[in-house]
Amino acid sequence: MANEVLFRNLDLERLWDIDQYRSRGGYEVLTRILTQKTPPAEVIEWMKTSGLRGRGGAGFPTGLKWSFINRDAPVDKYLVCNSDEGEPGTFKDRDILRYNPHALVEGMVIASYVIGAHRAYNYIRGEFWEPYERFQNAIDQAREAGLVGKDILGSGYDCEVHVHLGGGAYVCGEETALLESIEGKKGQPRFKPPFPAHVGLYGCPTVINNTETLSSVPSILREGAEWFRDLGVENSGGSKLFSISGHVKNPGVFELPMGTPFAELFELAGGMRDGSKLKAVIPGGSSSPVIPGEIMMDLTMDYDCIAKAGSMLGSGAVIVMDDTTCMVKVLDRMSYFYHEESCGQCTPCREGTGWLWRVVNRIENGEGRPEDLDLLLDVQGRIRGKTICALGDAAAMPVEGMLRHYRDEFQYHIDHKKCMVGAGA
Amino acid sequence: MSEEKTITIEVDGQTLEAKPGALLIDVTDAAGIDIPRFCYHNKLSVAASCRMCLVEVEKVPKPIPACATQVTDGMKVQTRSPVALAAQKGTMEFLLINHPLDCPICDQGGECELQDVAMGYGSDVSRFVEGKRVVPQTDVGPLIATDMTRCIHCTRCVRFGDEIAGMRELGATGRGEHMTIGTYIAHSVDSELSGNVIDLCPVGALTSKPFRYRARAWELTRRDGVAPHDSVGSNIQIHVRRNRVMRVHPRENEAVNEVWISDRDRFSYEGLYSDDRLTRPLIKKNGAWAEASWEDALEAAARGLRSVAAADADQIGTLVSPTATLEELYLAQKITRGLGSANIDHRLRQSDFRSEGPAFPWLGQSIAELEKVDAALLIGSNVRKDQPLLAHRLRKASLKGAEVHFVNPLGLDLHFDANQVVSDLAGMVHNLAGIAKAAGGSKVLAGRVSVSDEHKAIAKKLKSAGSATILLGNLAQSHPDYSILYGLASSIAESTGAALGILPAAANTIGAALAGAVPKYGAGARPAEKTGLNARTMLESPRKGYLLLGLEPGLDCANPALAKQALAGAECVVALTAYRSPSLEETADVMLPIGAFAETSGTFVNAEGAWQGFGGAVAPLGEARPGWKVLRVLGNLMDLKGFDYLSSEEVRDELQQACAGARPENDLDNTTDGEIQASAGKLMRIGEVPIYAADALVRRAAALQETKDARDAAVARANATVAGKAGVGDGDTVAVVQGGQRAKLVLRVDARVPDGCVWVAAGVPGSESLGDQFGEISLEKV
Ligand SMILES: Cc1cc2nc3c(=O)[nH]c(=O)nc-3n(C[C@H](O)[C@H](O)[C@H](O)COP(=O)(O)O)c2cc1C
Ligand code: SF4
Ligand code: FES
Repeated sequence: MANEVLFRNLDLERLWDIDQYRSRGGYEVLTRILTQKTPPAEVIEWMKTSGLRGRGGAGFPTGLKWSFINRDAPVDKYLVCNSDEGEPGTFKDRDILRYNPHALVEGMVIASYVIGAHRAYNYIRGEFWEPYERFQNAIDQAREAGLVGKDILGSGYDCEVHVHLGGGAYVCGEETALLESIEGKKGQPRFKPPFPAHVGLYGCPTVINNTETLSSVPSILREGAEWFRDLGVENSGGSKLFSISGHVKNPGVFELPMGTPFAELFELAGGMRDGSKLKAVIPGGSSSPVIPGEIMMDLTMDYDCIAKAGSMLGSGAVIVMDDTTCMVKVLDRMSYFYHEESCGQCTPCREGTGWLWRVVNRIENGEGRPEDLDLLLDVQGRIRGKTICALGDAAAMPVEGMLRHYRDEFQYHIDHKKCMVGAGA
Repeated sequence: MSEEKTITIEVDGQTLEAKPGALLIDVTDAAGIDIPRFCYHNKLSVAASCRMCLVEVEKVPKPIPACATQVTDGMKVQTRSPVALAAQKGTMEFLLINHPLDCPICDQGGECELQDVAMGYGSDVSRFVEGKRVVPQTDVGPLIATDMTRCIHCTRCVRFGDEIAGMRELGATGRGEHMTIGTYIAHSVDSELSGNVIDLCPVGALTSKPFRYRARAWELTRRDGVAPHDSVGSNIQIHVRRNRVMRVHPRENEAVNEVWISDRDRFSYEGLYSDDRLTRPLIKKNGAWAEASWEDALEAAARGLRSVAAADADQIGTLVSPTATLEELYLAQKITRGLGSANIDHRLRQSDFRSEGPAFPWLGQSIAELEKVDAALLIGSNVRKDQPLLAHRLRKASLKGAEVHFVNPLGLDLHFDANQVVSDLAGMVHNLAGIAKAAGGSKVLAGRVSVSDEHKAIAKKLKSAGSATILLGNLAQSHPDYSILYGLASSIAESTGAALGILPAAANTIGAALAGAVPKYGAGARPAEKTGLNARTMLESPRKGYLLLGLEPGLDCANPALAKQALAGAECVVALTAYRSPSLEETADVMLPIGAFAETSGTFVNAEGAWQGFGGAVAPLGEARPGWKVLRVLGNLMDLKGFDYLSSEEVRDELQQACAGARPENDLDNTTDGEIQASAGKLMRIGEVPIYAADALVRRAAALQETKDARDAAVARANATVAGKAGVGDGDTVAVVQGGQRAKLVLRVDARVPDGCVWVAAGVPGSESLGDQFGEISLEKV
């Protein structure tokens, strides 16, 4: 059941070449849609049926997002792909760019056609040099084959695909900061509304989707919306790439149907490294609240199940930690990240992320105060839901999660000025 | 125009009517419901980033910012519910954790938005025990003091630069906690509107440098005033402590200055306290100045003028500054005409009087209408520096898509998109004639005009625009062919339907015309019984007696050399002045100290013809007296009738009666078709009056004189061709020579100056001995 959608060509040599991609039906859907001039509304209906939800973290239904674009507005429209992949723990989009770049090119051109865009940008994380080259190469091959550019396949439809390399700021993965960045401005999220579907890139209607989301589109349209939907479970259609890292034997990216038990994924990743015991799992990227290992072993990997356990599936980045891990140190590291990456415009995020980190850091360093844990809970609550973008929430949620499950470890640090986990500081 | 529907919302249980789509914060502001805010400002774009204005809205799961939320029908808002208050208090705490709380040594103390809001939403003990953020000091120039450690990152100043000043001089660099507001690469903030960021900054991060540590806000008495430097007549508030002007702030008047003032209007008050303020009457005895009592000085002045007038009244000439108050100007002309002379003029910088000009000139429209034009043609105008807030209106029009064209003798650095047609002085006339011809013909210069595609495009745009205007600026008014430019401008206006306007140079240029401070028209712009000499001919045919009001002859006249020569040869020169100006010391016989800006009550009439009165904010310095009182006594001492006023209001009322029925009108019945005076082929001076050299007060404002604009004025400028011909290069010291008089200046090679021209500022030190502002000049290597 694994590798049905994005990794279906993983067995091929040089699978990033256009010929290999075409050998398994690549670009057939694009060709069909453009030559038959399939009504965009029809494609949107299929997308809705497929149950595909945004793979960038927020899980917004993709078909619905596309339907917000007013194709008749007398202005340019843009499609933007988000390959910024900045969330700690996430490294799935990188593999798409490396191993299946044509699925993304095809998906981007189809999505552009559906929303009436003639220009599509892929915003690639600046550090992804090799994946960038693979993707650029794919665009070039596709252009040579007449699948990108002017008058695609003689259909009269034009679509240019451009790459924009990021400059290394996590916040530029937030969709509106990303738009600012493409426009050459400082990467700061925009206040919404207006939403990008109305006022997006250069003020024009824009759809922003994650790499995995767009790369799934060709398979959905080729194999059928129901087929895709039925791969997964209720509310979580299709299959998903999980980037699993941490103290597992075999970290990496695995494609599994939505709803697969965590235990199965854990198994595929080789289980715990030698001699260690599972302690905790961060199931959906560093901003999703931590879940203790024993709870995690009973969960399935889909939006609803993880949400019920008080966390989020997010981008599907699974971070596994063993019993040598000090949770204070983990939170110290994560809080530092958000503090460092806050864009700085919203007061609660600019000031609050630094405050959270400083308190966690002093607990980690044995200088915690008795009131600190309540202070942390209060401060994270004052950030949450009060900022322009979700970075503030992303910084706050792990704090709450850690204290929910591991308060005793934090308390021990404060009381004993040292770590209760043997190997920890 | 359909009547806009209103909708109903409920805020804290109160029902409010609102326009659909209005911002919630504007609706609550109008209703007097106070929502705390820092980043929001109704003249700037919405940032929604400070998160201070979070409120609870029914059916919305999270508190949302009132500043970025549009009202919808039936919306139910709680501004002080537990959820809203918790959000607001949360933000307040975050704002304070890294704020230095150095209120006792902060100039903003007592008028600080952070302080005020902290009173309502802050807690008395901080839970933040870590070290606070410190931001290194920066220097952004002579006007604005920075203390970025106090900054709360509201970005109002950044948005101001971007959206209002049109120069992105301040920006936010760095991420997160490291975000700082600054210039990125160290340089000064140079916009002529820069001081407004001081008002916008809610905290003490940006404060006034000249005012720094001078007084606490609560020690100041606030008096309403009107700004004295340009014809906008910006409404201001003069802050006074112990009879001293401590600073100047804007006063909101949407129709005039909105909420802004120019740096010139904000910082010029420093000039009140320059060392050369005249504080006691002076009489020249045997070539030496001696202090005198008021009685003696007034007596000497009256005697001197009367004896000249008794011999031949036409030998009296009165030159008045258009920065004087309406009351002063009116009394000066009343004295002059009372003595039997008709020689009075305020048009000190005009040199071409071939046509007399309109009796009651004006902007040709309201100030606010300027921002609604679809096309504008500015002739001889550096509007951005000369009337900064009129430029701001034009900028708004331009941003909305208006096409703005300039016909100028120099290229301008503008803060909006415009087409600039730059040529030498004679070329300006030809360009304008080309546009006039393209617009449908003009009698002026008709036979000798060639029409270019650019001329055609401009004419076409002026014709097709829904609303267009043609404006004659300061440079045009001093142009040697002003009457021809004027004639052409009115011809273009006539054939395109554009509104013809004058950009009056000074605070009371229009008031001077209404007061009768012109040789052809008396008070109320009515034709005078007798026509006298104008500002030029009064100097070209020297008079025996001169009455001078508020001017520095070496700096305020179109031809300082000529002015000084005429005055030096007179029997009696009586100067009412606030300063011991060197050129007055050289030429006058009696100096009577009068109150300067803020020291007298009076009235200014601005560009759109609005009469704006003000009281004296402080008593005149030393023994100086308000000008209108000095003129009253002078009139009485000379036994002239009708000088028994008890207040400046009485003077104004008398003039107002005379003005009944006066209507502003720029159309001329007689246009000249004279010869072009500006010689083509000869090197001509572009004697622009720089922004901070406009009048006696601003010339003495210390901080303004340190700005880039002031520093840039102390050089000669020529393009590479002109410099090359004279054998000089950038940075060389050169002599500019006019009528045998030389001034040494550093030359800047500047491509904005057209061929055949050298830019040598007027009104600045060093220019007193030179000739015509727009006359022939030569450039020599030294
Ligand atoms: C701070 C922040 C960082 C984000 N980084 C990424 C990212 O690196 N890649 C991504 O696809 N989405 C990221 N997102 C989510 C995007 O804003 C957006 O929801 C997503 O790209 C939409 O695509 P989808 O609907 O296909 O998921 C981020 C969001 C936030 C708030
Ligand atoms: S929440 Fe943080 S990262 Fe997001 S816009 Fe606000 S300050 Fe920037
Ligand atoms: S005033 Fe609304 S967020 Fe700043």
